[in-house]
Amino acid sequence: MSGTDGIGTINVSVWRGGPEGGAYQQFDVPRHESQTVLDTVAWIQQEADPTLSYRFACRVGMCGSCAMMVNGVPRWTCRTHVDKVLHDDRMEIAPLRNLPVIKDLAANMDPFFDKWVKAGGVFEGTDTRQDGFAPVVHESADRAEADAGIECINCAVCYASCDTVAGDPNFLGPAALNRAWTLVNDAKDASRDRVLDAVSASGGCHSCHSMGNCQQYCPNGLSPLSAIAGLKRATVRRAFRGR
Amino acid sequence: MEFRLYLLQRISALIMVPLVLGHIAVMIYAVQDGLSTDEILSRTRGSVFWAVFYGTFVVAVAIHAAIGLRTITREWLGVTGVTLDGFAAATCFGLLAMGMNAVAAVTLAP
Amino acid sequence: MTYLRRAHPLWFAYLLHRISGLALALFLPVHFWVLSRALTAPQDLDRFLAFAELPAVKLAEWGLVFLLSVHAFGGLRLLALEWLPWQPRHKTLAAGAVALSMLVSGTFFLQAW
Repeated sequence: MSGTDGIGTINVSVWRGGPEGGAYQQFDVPRHESQTVLDTVAWIQQEADPTLSYRFACRVGMCGSCAMMVNGVPRWTCRTHVDKVLHDDRMEIAPLRNLPVIKDLAANMDPFFDKWVKAGGVFEGTDTRQDGFAPVVHESADRAEADAGIECINCAVCYASCDTVAGDPNFLGPAALNRAWTLVNDAKDASRDRVLDAVSASGGCHSCHSMGNCQQYCPNGLSPLSAIAGLKRATVRRAFRGR
Repeated sequence: MEFRLYLLQRISALIMVPLVLGHIAVMIYAVQDGLSTDEILSRTRGSVFWAVFYGTFVVAVAIHAAIGLRTITREWLGVTGVTLDGFAAATCFGLLAMGMNAVAAVTLAP
Repeated sequence: MTYLRRAHPLWFAYLLHRISGLALALFLPVHFWVLSRALTAPQDLDRFLAFAELPAVKLAEWGLVFLLSVHAFGGLRLLALEWLPWQPRHKTLAAGAVALSMLVSGTFFLQAW
């Protein structure tokens, strides 16, 4: 993205700092057509300030590594065109909300993945290598529910968008609970009761207030909101009917 | 525990649905042509129906409001642990006491 | 605690539900106390009811009935969301809850004014 074919400049405010705190730093970035937010961050690090830390990998909207807060909203920066988010030629970029900061725009994903495991997200099979393949019935209602949630790439945009996560550090969060719901509906998984127990603990699915930011901001169009509602239904049914 | 509180919250809500709708309907009726103590009390004093209606309402709302306030206190004020649960219990009993006092005030025959 | 800068209908529904619940919970002790005056000091209750004739108080009463309605109808929407089979049209239901609350509290206000 070098060269002088730019169509002006944009003022980009980038959060700089670490666990102890930080501040916004301003950069004037040359503007180009079809420029993405990730392009501007890369330009800053390559041309203006090599000490800027940020994450990216595929840069084509598949891996979720480049997720950041752009003008107060969590997004994949490689899939966000600058044109769509500029306010008076200005833009503000910060690390994902609700996660500890390592440095600058790189957030520490450990709590996110810890909760993924804590919500019961580890698959427990029943068959052995001696058994035949487990048939997966795609038309079944359970499978449809599971399929609706398995495209999650763990980008933490939903986690960053959730105000309940912001207010309750204990809350497992939309992604972990969405994953748990896919396992509850997976006919091959043996641990349905264990998962329902895991999501019924403190900080579990019952802490969700259905504000729907997760569904609103998921770049893959998933709905942790409906997955969590499903978990609530399943836990209540189990409490009253034993299954 | 959180699951039990969730169930209590939802069940108390369900109990209150007909009570709230009834209460609003009564208010719309009663507020016509002004309110007065005598008018209110003539309807409620000595009435078993209103005692049960509002008595149930008070129990349900004490539980429901205490659990709701507990959530807000945790998420917006960051209070946790025993302090949080103590606050919730105190709120529940406080509302129960004040509410039952009010129900008694308007339904007990003088 | 930072909030997201772009809000959307379901988030407003959540905030409205929370604020209405909080306001009602804070109002309740006052409501109970005033009613209890009927037993020990009925003249106090009468004086309060006369005070309640003020237009500002009527407006506040409308506000309370609106908050109660919105909290109740919004709560019904949440119970449906959580316990009935999943429906995608929750924004519509949320808007419907607010509209119904305006109708109910408006009826109250017209009678009370």
